Amino acid sequence: MLNAITVLISAQLLGELLKNLLHLTLPGPVIGMFILAAVLLLRRRAPAGQDSALTDVSETLIGNMGLLFVPAGVGIVTESDVLREYWLPIVISLFGSTLLGLLVTALVMHHASLPMSPTATSQETK
Amino acid sequence: MMSTIQAVWTPMTLSPLLWLALTLLSFLLGKQAQRLCGGMALVNPVLIAIAIMALLLKLTHTSYQTYFSGAQFINFLLGPATVALAVPLALNIGHVRSSMREIGLALLAGSLTSTISGSVLVWLFGGARDVAMSMASKSVTTPIAMAVAQEVGGVPALTAAFAIAGGIVAASIGQSLMRWLRISDWRTHGFAAGVAGSGVAAAQIAPLSGLAAAFAAIGIGLNGLFTALVLPILASFWH
Repeated sequence: MLNAITVLISAQLLGELLKNLLHLTLPGPVIGMFILAAVLLLRRRAPAGQDSALTDVSETLIGNMGLLFVPAGVGIVTESDVLREYWLPIVISLFGSTLLGLLVTALVMHHASLPMSPTATSQETK
Repeated sequence: MMSTIQAVWTPMTLSPLLWLALTLLSFLLGKQAQRLCGGMALVNPVLIAIAIMALLLKLTHTSYQTYFSGAQFINFLLGPATVALAVPLALNIGHVRSSMREIGLALLAGSLTSTISGSVLVWLFGGARDVAMSMASKSVTTPIAMAVAQEVGGVPALTAAFAIAGGIVAASIGQSLMRWLRISDWRTHGFAAGVAGSGVAAAQIAPLSGLAAAFAAIGIGLNGLFTALVLPILASFWH
């Protein structure tokens, strides 16, 4: 478990370092995620024990991710003026853009995968 | 001797420890409430915990700074948790490879739709730029969304709230929408939930199908990566 935590923190540190050195616009932890994914894919045949510890710690972190959002979410108390002033655009955008996002993602994925299904013939439509 | 022990043994004064404990307790309470309601998406533990803590701060006239001096220890874990998303991404790379084309196209279309419609709708109805920028990354998983918001001039606290609220919307309407569209493929269900509703929506769909859970994880990871890369560029066009 200690190994796994060290791996995660080191990947994050590496991400932050790269961000500062190369002036990247990506957040440090995201760069760290990229690095770790690349390392994991390159070392597919790593010792099973280490990998399963990393999987366990990652699953615990991701499984309880909701808790980790709470401190930042409570920060909404400092933004109550913004919420009061802009509640209408916020509510409309939250519902509208989430609905659109779901709709477009699902439709594009559905139609892009049609040619692969056995019933579909060659597609002429553009 | 005594003072040395005291110096080592009291790294945290009472007040930060209190807020740390209350944050954990309120989240557990939220989880319990969701379990009692049969896992209903609308009864969201994150939402409940935030509401309880916000109310407590208001009632006790406690500043957010005081609260955060304790809660920062939880907040710190967002970084490692984001890095940890690499694990399901790497584990599911086989799925990504076998449906690369539809995943790529759906990600491109869905991610841009969420980002652009989110900020444009805020702007159309009279919201300020920082509110629009906070909304732009709201469909991305919260830790990435907050980091990106900071990068493009949004307000991380607003983005966190928007991301959670957006996730609840996606979790509540996702299944009915798919039924209405007559889409029964679990890969599509999962990927749409991951891209448009991130963790909250994924948590709702994951117990229904393993394949949906895998594709939701892929959707969360790829959308986070894609938005973090593209949004700073898009945002630079709007000053």
